[in-house]
Order: sequence, then C-alpha cells, then structure tokens
Amino acid sequence: MAETLVAAAALAKSFRNGVAALAGIDLTVSRGEFVGVLGPSGCGKSTLLRILAGLAEPTAGRLDRGTDVAGRVGFVFQEPTLMPWATVWANVYLPLRLRGVGRDVATPRIGAMLDSLGLGEFARAYPRQLSGGMRMRVSIARALVTEPALLLLDEPFAALDEITRFKLNEDLRALWRNLRCTIVFVTHSVFESVFLTNRIVVMTKRPGRIVADLPVNLPETRDAGLRLAPVYSDACRAVSAKLAEAMV
Amino acid sequence: MNGARFAPVIGPIVVGVLVVAGWHEAVRFFAIPPYVLPGPGVIARTLWTDGPSLLASLLVTLRITVAALALAVALGGALAVLFSLSKTVEVSFFPYAVILQVTPVVSIAPLIIIWVNDVFAALLVCATIVAFFPIVANTTLGLNSADRNLVDLFRLYGAGRLQTLRLLRLPSALPLFLAGVRISGGLALIGAVVAEFVAGTGGAKTGLASRIIEAGYRLEIPRMFAALFLLSLTGIVIFAVLSWLSRRLLRHWHESALEPSD
Repeated sequence: MAETLVAAAALAKSFRNGVAALAGIDLTVSRGEFVGVLGPSGCGKSTLLRILAGLAEPTAGRLDRGTDVAGRVGFVFQEPTLMPWATVWANVYLPLRLRGVGRDVATPRIGAMLDSLGLGEFARAYPRQLSGGMRMRVSIARALVTEPALLLLDEPFAALDEITRFKLNEDLRALWRNLRCTIVFVTHSVFESVFLTNRIVVMTKRPGRIVADLPVNLPETRDAGLRLAPVYSDACRAVSAKLAEAMV
Repeated sequence: MNGARFAPVIGPIVVGVLVVAGWHEAVRFFAIPPYVLPGPGVIARTLWTDGPSLLASLLVTLRITVAALALAVALGGALAVLFSLSKTVEVSFFPYAVILQVTPVVSIAPLIIIWVNDVFAALLVCATIVAFFPIVANTTLGLNSADRNLVDLFRLYGAGRLQTLRLLRLPSALPLFLAGVRISGGLALIGAVVAEFVAGTGGAKTGLASRIIEAGYRLEIPRMFAALFLLSLTGIVIFAVLSWLSRRLLRHWHESALEPSD
C-alpha cells in the first residue's frame, strides 16, 4: 500500500449564505495516484479542490496533508489565469520567483518545462498571442515548474475544443507518467476522467458526497488509439452508469 | 476599404475647414465687428503678432498644469496603494476624497489663495485638488480588481502582501490608472486656468487665464480668442501625449491598446 498523501474525513463545507456545498467527504489520496473527481456541475467539486489546496477552510471534518505537501501544491484553474502583461516565460517563472528562486537557477528548469509542453518557441510570446489550448499548456507548465507533490486541476480543459482537449489529455497523462507526481483532476466528463486517471471518485449533486470510488483498469500508457478500443468504451459505460445512479 | 481607414483623419479636417470657412463668411456677410466676434483671419494674425507674449503666459499655465498632474499622480497613486493595503483606511478616507472632488474648485480657490502666500503654490494646490480624484478612484478600483484566481495563486505560493502588490495588483491596475491620468491631464489644465481666474491678475509672470481676463477688460477680443485657441490646443496635446503613453505602456497585452484585427 502506497503512502497516504492527503486524507479527508467527514469533510463538510457550507458557505456564509447557508448553501451547503459538501456534506461528509471521505477521500484518501496516496502518493503517485492520478485520481479523477467526477460529478455534475455545481456539485462542490471545485470547493473540494480548493479545500485540498488550502485555499478554503472546511466547516467540519478534518483534512490531513503529508508534511511535504504544504507549500508544494500546484493548481490549475478552469481558465488559464495567466498574467496578461507578462510573457509566457515570466508567467511560468512566477511561482519560482515568489519562492525566491533566482533567474539563473530558474532558467534551465523553465526551459525544460516549456519544451516538455511544446511551448519552447513561445517563451517570449504574450498570452493573448496564444490559442486557448496553448494558454492552458502555459498554465500547466506554471503549476509543474515547482515540482509539486500534489497537483490539483479544476476542469482545466472544459472550455477547449475536443481535438485540443484530446491532445492535452494525452500529454497530461504522459507528463504524469514521467514526473510521477500525485494528481487530483476534477471534471464533469466521463470520457476525460476514464482516459486520464487510474481511479475515479463519483460525486452527487449539491451538497456533494462521494457515492462511488472506482478503479480504472486500463493500460498505463494511453494514447489516441485507446479511445477506439472496446476496453475504453466499456470502462466509460461502467462509469456512466455509476454517474447516472449518483444523479438520481 | 480605404474610405473607412482614412475617415478618422479626413472627417475632422473636412468639418474643421467647413466651420472656419462658414465663420469667416458669416463675419464678413453680417459685418460683425471684431470686438464682438473676430473672424478667423484676424485671430490668426493676432496669434502671429501676440504669439511670443502669449506663449510666455502659456508656459506659466503649462508649468502649473504639469506640476499639478505630477503631484496628483504621486499623491493619488500613493493614496490608492494605501487604500488597497488596508480596507479600514479606504473606508475611513474615501468619503473625504469624494468631498474634495464634489466641492467646486472655484469656491475653495479664494480660501487657498488667502492661505497660501505664493501664487504659484496656491494655483498648484487648486489644480492638484481638481486633478487628483480620478487617479485615486481609478487606481483604487484597478488595485482591487485583480483576477481572483491569480490572487489565490499568489496565496498558494506564499506571496507576501507587498509581493502581491508589486507583481499582481499594480500591473492589474495599470490600465485603469492610465485612464485616470488621461482624465486628470485635462482636469489639471482646467484647474490651473480656473484657479488663475479666481486669483486674478497680478505680478509679472501671469498665465493665460490672466491674459484672457485682461484682454476682456480692454475689449481686445481677437487676443482673447487667440489665448483660448492656445488653451484648447494645449488641452488636446496633453490628451494626445497621455493617450500615446497609455497605448505605449499597454501595447503588449491590454485590449485598449491592441491594433484592430481583421
């Protein structure tokens, strides 16, 4: 059994206006896992992610994070959330800069990160000059450049066209295989969660609860060909059925 | 189409030429005496003959305007930063900034002229009061409207308040700050002129406002028009320079400064 990285027990969150977002979440994430959190819009997935990141406090329950997690969390938002006045390079440098890493030390790391996301030639470009997919790549590069222990992604590809999304899914999966970091990926797409992750947590409508915790038994290496394979559609069908149950 | 491309240049020129020509003809046709309404030709001649002395006065007004704008930028910007660092300070002081703004400068200028002995300093204070509010209001708004997710991101990476200010809030506020400066540039000129109107003539180094009053007393209406013309021109130049500066600083990223795309 792998080491536990994050453990949430009976986690609940209500907002000041009385809306209950989460009701009793139990979730354990082990080191190196790629977990998908799947649920309908407005089920509190984003709230859960913000709590895991330490950006929001739960109203009840407890959250234990490994000692090396604090300060080593990467976050990718629904929008690329880049600084429009800064170049791609400067945007990726930001987290390192905030931690006091000098330019000279950061430069090779940023260069390697940009290359691995296919952004090598766009280092000096401004965000507005890039397509939506490329901006999202910059956002991912920014999250990964700190070598986070825990990477949290909040429906990062929801606004992209399908072709771009497929490509980014394949690249993200490959990055995870290389970096071996721990990822929690929030999405409302069954196909995306099955393709990307090794384990899917299904949430109900608000207030969100976890109703299913399913392993994804697909090959470790996944490429475009997998989308056409019967094992993939079978897995999607099984997860869809669980999601349908959760929606009742 | 070429027509659409050149319209912003040719349109105003055509209108200007038509108005000046119409004015010229009207003055001639109705035989309006120059002490009521001088024709454009007379004004142009006055501008030529009185030019050097008017320019010297313009320089006085311009010095007050530029100094007032610089002071408004420094004070307004500093106050806005202070507001953004502390909500308590903002809610405590903002109403007084509003009071300063809504009180007509004409009504407080006499007081300031009594309190401040030096004429230049008194006019500078008046012009600064007029110019300062748009910068405070706009910059405060800009500093507070940084992308919330980016604010979260800075928190996530343990950024301090000053780091967040320098790397996130200040750049976010830049477009609104510059819009404020553009408004304040014109207001500083208006403030400098209005204050001098209240202060009246006196001393050797007088600004354009004093020259307008003086010309009015002597019924030298063409000179009044010439001075007015210089004032308007100055206002336009200030606005153009500040607009250019704004576009220059924002050209890489802000919607307002981007070339129109096809």
